[in-house]
Amino acid sequence: MPHPSDDAPPPSRNTDASRTAPDPDLIRPGCAGLFRGFFAVGIRGFGGVLPWARRMLVEEHRWLSEREFTEVLSLGQVLPGPNIVNVAVVVGARFAGPRGALSAFAGLMAAPLCIVLMLAELYRRGGDIASVHHALAGVAAAASGLVLATGAKMAVRMERRAWVVALALLTFVGVALLRLPLLGVLAVLAPLGIACATFEIWKGRRA
Amino acid sequence: MNPPSLLTLLLSCCALSLAAVGGANSIVPELHRHVVELNHWMSGSEFAALYAIASTSPGPNVLVVTLIGWQLAGYPGALVATLGICGPSSLLAYGLSRVWDRFAHSPWRTAILRTLMPLTIGLILGSGTLLTRAAAQDWRGVALAGLAAAVYWRGRFNPLWVLGGGAVVGLLGGF
Repeated sequence: MPHPSDDAPPPSRNTDASRTAPDPDLIRPGCAGLFRGFFAVGIRGFGGVLPWARRMLVEEHRWLSEREFTEVLSLGQVLPGPNIVNVAVVVGARFAGPRGALSAFAGLMAAPLCIVLMLAELYRRGGDIASVHHALAGVAAAASGLVLATGAKMAVRMERRAWVVALALLTFVGVALLRLPLLGVLAVLAPLGIACATFEIWKGRRA
Repeated sequence: MNPPSLLTLLLSCCALSLAAVGGANSIVPELHRHVVELNHWMSGSEFAALYAIASTSPGPNVLVVTLIGWQLAGYPGALVATLGICGPSSLLAYGLSRVWDRFAHSPWRTAILRTLMPLTIGLILGSGTLLTRAAAQDWRGVALAGLAAAVYWRGRFNPLWVLGGGAVVGLLGGF
């Protein structure tokens, strides 16, 4: 429960009390609002949806504070599955339970699903036309380059620790070069990584 | 090879949903392995074309799974694949969203986050490699992928411009 002193939170330190206290300026959306908000995110999300989600949730509608958004995002990223879909489900559930989660999910996916199927239908009809075929082959090569660059951007920010780098390398080799099943690779490497991280924490505590 | 039934499609996507650490791009190698290599449901260049279509449309990049479902089993396939790939992970997100705050300072959370980062990086670089191999018919395709990667890395372009540039180069170069 909020402290009486919450009106004047300490400027530099975020205590647990201020973390759980509801921000009086924030708004609680209903199911229809959730659908509309995430619909707008889905339809604008060309080449990356997360920036639009932040803008909608934090700036436009003020449903979440910046910190709450970061929390929700970290949960969305740690869980398997499409990150933005996880964010929509968590936000929807927070405001309106299971129906809210469904509304946010449906809103997010409705427009992109229709658009991508329309594009695919166009491709099926026009794929035999040489120019369509050439252009799409160019897009496909460029799209694969984007994925490479995204991975490279993340790799340069990666922790420079032997076990972290080794884990990334082993994952790459297992999945891309040896073509091992993803579930098998994860079943071996994820526990290994968690063991390394836990060992470091344990060592840090003893030191 | 016969296309899969809707039930097979649903179950495969459900299993992949829980394996998609770091997001939808992470499962591209596994999708490729299943759809192209093991079952021969489509060729590598068809796979690359579907990925290209998904990346030009707005919305989450999980749409590539929607398109694979569509290619294999029409509109019902598209719906089933989308629900399958989003369902289990969404249920997990729903369940965990209630307890996540409690683990804010748990060392387990830090350990899991630090492990997921390198796994995700390895998977995304793997996806990029396989997609390049699937999309490029010859050295020019590889060169275009490398150019797109360099442009996107150095310049702060919206990815749509890079894809549009790829279309122009593909058209003019007769890819």
